[in-house]
Amino acid sequence: MYRYDNYDHQMLEDRIAQFRDQTARFLKGELADTEFLPLRLQNGLYIQRLAPMLRIAIPYGMLSSTQLRKLAYISEYYDKGYGHFTTRQNIQFNWPALEDVPDILEHLAEVEMHAIQTSGNCIRNTSTDQFAGSAINEIADSRPYCEIIRQWSTFHPEFAYLPRKFKIAVCGTSDDQAATQVHDIGLFIVRNDAGELGFRVLVGGGLGRTPVIGKAIREFLPEHELLTYLDAILRVYNREGRRDNKYKARIKILVKETGVDAFREKVEKEWQSLKGGPLRLTDTEIQRCRGFFDEPDYKELPAQSAKLSEELSRDVLFASWYQQNVDAHKKPGYAIVTICLKTTGVAPGDVTTEQMNFIADVADRYSFGELRISHEQNVILADIEQDALYEIWQALKSNQLSAANLGLLTDIICCPGGDFCALANAKSIPIAESIQRRFDDAKRLQDIGDISLNISGCMNACGHHHVGNIGILGVDKKGAEFYQVSLGGSAENTTSLGQIVGPSFAQDEVPDVIEKIVNVYTRRREGDERFIDTFNRLGMAPFKEEVYGKTN
Amino acid sequence: MAKLIKNRSIVEDSWHLLKEVSSLDEISDKSAQSIIVPLAFWQEHRRELKQRPGKTAVWLQSNELPAALGEDLHSFALIALNFPVFSDGRVYSSARELRSNFMFKGELRAIGDVLRDQLFYMARCGFDAFALREDQDIDLALEAFDDFQDGYQVSVDKPEPLFRRREQTL
Repeated sequence: MYRYDNYDHQMLEDRIAQFRDQTARFLKGELADTEFLPLRLQNGLYIQRLAPMLRIAIPYGMLSSTQLRKLAYISEYYDKGYGHFTTRQNIQFNWPALEDVPDILEHLAEVEMHAIQTSGNCIRNTSTDQFAGSAINEIADSRPYCEIIRQWSTFHPEFAYLPRKFKIAVCGTSDDQAATQVHDIGLFIVRNDAGELGFRVLVGGGLGRTPVIGKAIREFLPEHELLTYLDAILRVYNREGRRDNKYKARIKILVKETGVDAFREKVEKEWQSLKGGPLRLTDTEIQRCRGFFDEPDYKELPAQSAKLSEELSRDVLFASWYQQNVDAHKKPGYAIVTICLKTTGVAPGDVTTEQMNFIADVADRYSFGELRISHEQNVILADIEQDALYEIWQALKSNQLSAANLGLLTDIICCPGGDFCALANAKSIPIAESIQRRFDDAKRLQDIGDISLNISGCMNACGHHHVGNIGILGVDKKGAEFYQVSLGGSAENTTSLGQIVGPSFAQDEVPDVIEKIVNVYTRRREGDERFIDTFNRLGMAPFKEEVYGKTN
Repeated sequence: MAKLIKNRSIVEDSWHLLKEVSSLDEISDKSAQSIIVPLAFWQEHRRELKQRPGKTAVWLQSNELPAALGEDLHSFALIALNFPVFSDGRVYSSARELRSNFMFKGELRAIGDVLRDQLFYMARCGFDAFALREDQDIDLALEAFDDFQDGYQVSVDKPEPLFRRREQTL
């Protein structure tokens, strides 16, 4: 993992002092609400429905056990004993007191964490594949580049007041797990014909009110020019992005209105004055950042553990968890474990203080003291010896963390919704729960197989509903909460945006509707087709007919 | 005379800012004064303005690009950039462009909704003079320049990014 040096520490220290002073001036009435607003947002602090909400950055989803224990401590002393992992690989706390926030930030700084730019109209936490460094299908580890971007974007003096928020994702694997195509900038690590590393650059993707898939503006950007090119894109956006209408302020609208070719030209023109300049990355810097993500001390192990094979044949429940929640690792004898935080009755992505401490212990004992958070709101132990899987599973089970539904219908991506969020039009957590209860049958879930169901409580789409195979969006209909269902979305390599099935439904109708949709799939699938394949083959009509009945 | 911050000190402002001006007649009584005029006015009357005994500077609105000044740019002792609202981030890019691309060496002044909590970033983008909004405590605002001891990026005050400076200490 990246470790701070004196510069990084000093900057955090300065930031906390700055925010402590700003908070004090605000509480004394010396700083107006509107003037404090962007300052607190850029420190992750929202004023929510019930209390302030503090969003803490987990840079590109990487977390050490020490950091997780600190988060557990904060959840216990400043919150109500739990935290919520978000779709940006961050964690948020729903109950801190405004005046405690500077102290919380000080606790975080002790473990090289912060809440910088987790909100506000600035460059947000860079996200990436949760398997980075351990994946079998990796072109290069994305994390060194994420760290390089983190430093460049942190306190960038020119880009702290953008027209709107700005999200960057980096994908280093051949199967995109980071929803890279629906980011303001999506960077795919590629090699050119000469074997050199670089990036394919997408721009103008995003979810929210107007979902758009990003468009390529450069097929190969040499890795050394990463920051000069980002600087150029951001400068064009900062100058030309719309500031007259909040809903048209994201870069996707600028790219759309300008046209992708004209936008590319503007960026290239701006880039001419930056490329090769002081911001060009040096070999030393790239090597330095890579060094933080060197392989841990892996053992030489046989590709297939005999112990594991025996345990799998002996324990069906273990086998079904293994089948669902364990992924192949690049190193023989190792595996990647995903702890699915989608247990029925628990808000998706929520973890308790005890669970955080427990997961930290597991990471220390079995996974080199590191873990990752995925944008699907789950926790990953990325370097587990196959021999230890059974033991880990048993321990997870006794901590209510053994949900064996990763990638299945009940592994729902879900925003906090109307229960917490001031922006929401409708609740989303109870919808997730009602679906989980309806499909409370492991066999059936496995039979339905690979499917994504994403729920957002409003148009801002924090729950990524546009890219769920099934998407659910909470809408306000004359003061009542209704739910619009869409089908056919995907955040994978062939990213697609869902299409709305038809008129929205009342809350209690939702599980029935999902059941009908799933039934069409199980009836009409061919061979081992996944839900999304069947939908793409059949189109909307049969699903619509099943949900609304035949129309003439 | 109003006070402003220049090069981290409080000084008396010797310039007269004309937020709006539509004809040369309006400034005929100020012929010896140093004035700051809007871009459009400069563009319309640049020949006459260059003949004035007093100095003339120009100010740009947040949506006006420095490139609009053309070759005149280097003739100005001062260019002011207006923040219609403190959160209008375009102005930071204009400042950086003036300093880094056009190599403007004169005074670069922030005017308009200029507040204590943005001064640090403004200074990093190349502003060296700040006409704070009236209600701001100018003595307290001086502290803003020490909010951070360092920064990661290339900036006007630090032409080398932190990663290059780090390497020198390796």
